[in-house]
Amino acid sequence: MEAPRLEMRDISKEYFGNKVLRSVNLSVAPGEIHGLVGENGAGKSTLMNILFGMPVIRNTGGFEGRIFIDGEPVEVNSPYDALELGIGMVHQEFMLLPGLTITENIKINREIVKDNLLSKLLGKKLGILDFERMRRDARKALDRVELNIDEMLPVLGLPVGFMQFIEIARELDKDSLRLLILDEPTAVLTEKDAETLIEVMKKLSREGISILFITHRLNEVLRVADNITVLRDGEVVGKLPSSEATIEVLAELMVGRKVDISARARRGFEEDAKPILTIKDLHVDMPGERVSGLSLNVQEGEILGIGGLAGHGKIGIANGIMGLYPARGYVHVANYGEVELNSPLSALSSGMAFVSEDRRGMGLLLDETIELNIAVQALLSRGKFLKKYLFNMIDRESIRKHALKMIKDLDIRCTGPNQIVRRLSGGNQQKVCIAKALTLEPSILFVSEPTRGIDVGAKKIVLDLLLQLNQELGVTIIMTSSELAELRSICDRIAIIYRGRLQGILPVDASDKEFGLMMAGELSAVKEGVF
Amino acid sequence: MTSGDFNEHSLWQRIKEGVASFGVARSIILLFLIILLIAALILDLPMDQILSSMLSRFGMNGILVLAMIPTIRSGTGPNFGLPLGISCGLIAAVLSIELDLRGFQALFFAVGLGGALGAIAGYLYGLLLNKVKGQEMTVGTYFGFSIVSLMCIFWFLAPFKSPEMIWPYGGSGLRVTIALEGRFDKVLNNFLAFDVFGVTIPTGLLLFYGAFCLIVWLFMHSKTGVALSTVGESPRFAESCGLSIDRYRTIGSVVSQALGAVGIIVYAQTFGFLQLYMAPLFMAFFAVASILIGGATLNRATIWHATVGCFLFQSILVVSMPVANLIISENLAEVARIIISNGIILYALTRREIGGGA
Repeated sequence: MEAPRLEMRDISKEYFGNKVLRSVNLSVAPGEIHGLVGENGAGKSTLMNILFGMPVIRNTGGFEGRIFIDGEPVEVNSPYDALELGIGMVHQEFMLLPGLTITENIKINREIVKDNLLSKLLGKKLGILDFERMRRDARKALDRVELNIDEMLPVLGLPVGFMQFIEIARELDKDSLRLLILDEPTAVLTEKDAETLIEVMKKLSREGISILFITHRLNEVLRVADNITVLRDGEVVGKLPSSEATIEVLAELMVGRKVDISARARRGFEEDAKPILTIKDLHVDMPGERVSGLSLNVQEGEILGIGGLAGHGKIGIANGIMGLYPARGYVHVANYGEVELNSPLSALSSGMAFVSEDRRGMGLLLDETIELNIAVQALLSRGKFLKKYLFNMIDRESIRKHALKMIKDLDIRCTGPNQIVRRLSGGNQQKVCIAKALTLEPSILFVSEPTRGIDVGAKKIVLDLLLQLNQELGVTIIMTSSELAELRSICDRIAIIYRGRLQGILPVDASDKEFGLMMAGELSAVKEGVF
Repeated sequence: MTSGDFNEHSLWQRIKEGVASFGVARSIILLFLIILLIAALILDLPMDQILSSMLSRFGMNGILVLAMIPTIRSGTGPNFGLPLGISCGLIAAVLSIELDLRGFQALFFAVGLGGALGAIAGYLYGLLLNKVKGQEMTVGTYFGFSIVSLMCIFWFLAPFKSPEMIWPYGGSGLRVTIALEGRFDKVLNNFLAFDVFGVTIPTGLLLFYGAFCLIVWLFMHSKTGVALSTVGESPRFAESCGLSIDRYRTIGSVVSQALGAVGIIVYAQTFGFLQLYMAPLFMAFFAVASILIGGATLNRATIWHATVGCFLFQSILVVSMPVANLIISENLAEVARIIISNGIILYALTRREIGGGA
C-alpha cells in the first residue's frame, strides 16, 4: 500500500498544563480531500499550527508525537520548513499585501529575477524582477483556481472571495506543493464562490494534491471530502468515509458530551409572554461577529443562553445593544422604553449591564485597584459615589464600603480592596467584572463568555454565582457562550445564532443532534426527518 | 525554601526589591545625586548655597512638571507641546509689564491671564491631538518647535511700547531677555522667606507649588479627573462607561497648557527674567525628563512622581555645576542637563508599555 501523504501520529499538546490535544492521529492519502471538523476550541487550529511549524507551538513547550510526509519522518520547526516540505496553508485571515498586484502577491519572496551588474556582484537578491515570466506563472496558477481576473490588478479593493482564491493560487504556484491546508475557506465566501471553491478543490485533488479541509459547515464537508475526522475537546471522536456519514451523525459527534443538567427545575418561558427585553431586526457591525437582522424576546427573570459557532454573531448581540459597536434596529426594555443604540449611556441607564467577553481589554482597568474597578462604571455613568463640594468629588469612603461588601458577597479572593486587578486570577477578575456590573443594579445582565480563560474549578463558581444572582436578586441574565455544556448547565432556554440571525430556540434538554444541526444551520434541511 | 536560604539572599534580594519598587532610573539618579553631594562636601563647596539653590530651582520648575500629569493621565503622553502654554504665559507676563503692573498684582494678573490663554490654546491643541491619535508625542514635539518659531515673529512684531521691553537702541520688537526687577521678580521667593543654617527657604514659592499640587490633586479626584484617567488607561473601557474619549483628551490638554502658562510665570519670577524667542524650545523636554525620573511612565503619572522627579532632576543640575567646574574646569552643567534629560526620555521611550489588550 502506498504511504499516506501526511500522517500525524499520537500528537499531544499542552498549553500551561491544559491539555488541548490528546493522542490525535490523522492520515491523509495522496490526492485525498480530508475533512477536519469540530467545534470552536476542539483543537483544529492547534493541530494545524503544529503541522505548519508555527512559533507559538515551540514557545509554549513544543508537542509530543510524530509527523510523516510520504512515509518519511519529518521535523517541522518553522513555517519555512513546512513550505520546503510542500505544505501550503491558506489562512482564515488573509495574508496578502494590499498595495501589491496579484502577481506580486503570488510570487512574493519567490520572485523570478533577471541578472544585472549589481546582482552579479552582490547576489541574486538585487536582480531585476522578470515581470513577464512572473505574470505567466501567476496566470497559470489563477487559471487553475478558475479565477478570471487581470493578474496585474492590485489586491486592494478586491472582493474577499477573490482574495481567498488568490491565496490558493499563491500556494499552487509553489511547484513542490503536495498538501494544501484550507482553514475555514468558505466562511467568508458567498454561496456561489463556495461552489466554485468546491469545484476547484476536486480538480486539485485529481491533480494529485492532498487537501486538508477544515470547516464546520457540515454539508460542504460531506459533498467534497473523501474522509472525515471529527475532533472534540482535543480528541479524535470519529473517523469515517464521507459515504457513511450524514449531517446528523457528524453533528452528534461534534457536540456530544456528557452534560450535567443540574437538578434545578427549569422554568418554562413562553416566547409570547410579556418580555422584559424586545429586540427587533438588530444589525451590529462588529468585525468577525456581525449580527444581521436578529429578532428576539427575553422574558423577565429567565436565564437565556445564546449559543452558536464562532463568527456567526452571537458575541455581537450584547456588544451592539450596549452601544460598543455600531448597531441599528429596535431594542425596547420594559419599564424604560426604547433604548437608543450606539449610546452606552442610554443602554446603561435603561437598566442593562454587560460583563464583556474581552475581560482584560474592555472589562477591567488592569492597573487599578479592585475598589476603583468595581465603582468606576457606576460612578461615571450613573453619578454614584460622588460628594458635592465645589464640583463633584469622588467619595472614597462609600467606594471602600461598597467594595468590601462586594468582595464579601462574591467571595473575591484578594489581599484587600486596594489590590491591583492585574494580579488577580482569571476567576477572581471575572468576579470583579460581575461586581462592577452589579454595582449598576441592573435588571438585565448580559454576560459574554463568562468562563473563558478561567481554570476548571473557578468555572463552576462563576456559573453558580450567575445562577444565584438570577434566583436571589431576580436579575434577568442573557448569557452568551461558545460552550454548549455551560449554557445547558444554567440556562432556562437556549437561542442559537446562525449567520447573524436567530436560527431557533431550544430547551436545554434538546438532543446533541438538534443543537449540532442548528449551529451548523442545517436544521431546516432535515427538520421533517427529525421532528 | 528553607529559612537559611532566605537569610543568605535576603540582603541582596531586599536591595533588588527596593530598587525595583523605587524604579531603576530613579535609583540610579538618586545614587548619582548622593555621589555628587559627597563630592561637593569633599571639595568643600558652600553647601548652604547649594541647598538654597536646590529648593529654589525645585519650586520654580515644579508647576511646569505638574503640567505633564493631565496629558499623561488622559492618554496623550507627556505634553511635548508645552511651549504653547509657555508662550501663553509669556504673553500674559509681557502684558503685565506693558500695563505697568507691579508686585503681587502683576504676578496674579499674569497667572490669571496666562492660565486663561493657556486653556484656550490647550483646547485648540486638544483638537489637533485628537486628529493624530497614537502619534501625540512626535506631533507634539514638532508642534512645540513650530510654535516657538511662530512666536519669534510675534515677539518681533507685537506693538509693545514699554521701554523696559523693547530694544534700547530703538526699532521694533521685544528684547530676548526682559528683566523683571521692580516688577514681580522673586515676589514668591521672598514671601515669608527665612534662613536655617544659612539655607534660604523660599516659603512663598513652595506654598504656591503646594497650592497647585492640591489643585491638581482635587482635579484628579473629581468626577472629571476620574473620567479622564479612565479614558487614558483604557479607551474601550471608557466607551463602555459612556464617556466621550475626545472630550476628555481635550480637557487633559486644556489643564496641561494652562498649568504650563502658570509654570513659566513662576519660573520667570524666580529667575528674574522673562526669556523670549528661542528660550522655550527645550523646556518641554526638561519637564518630561523630570516627571519620568520621578517614576512616571508614558501612561501613568502622579503628583508624587512630578514632585520627586522635579526635585531629583533640578538637584542634580544644581550640584553638578560647581562639582564639574572644579573637577574638569569646564562649564559642563548645560551638557549634563541635556544628557540627563534626553537620556531619561530615551530610556522611557524604549520601555514604552504596549498598552492594554490591543
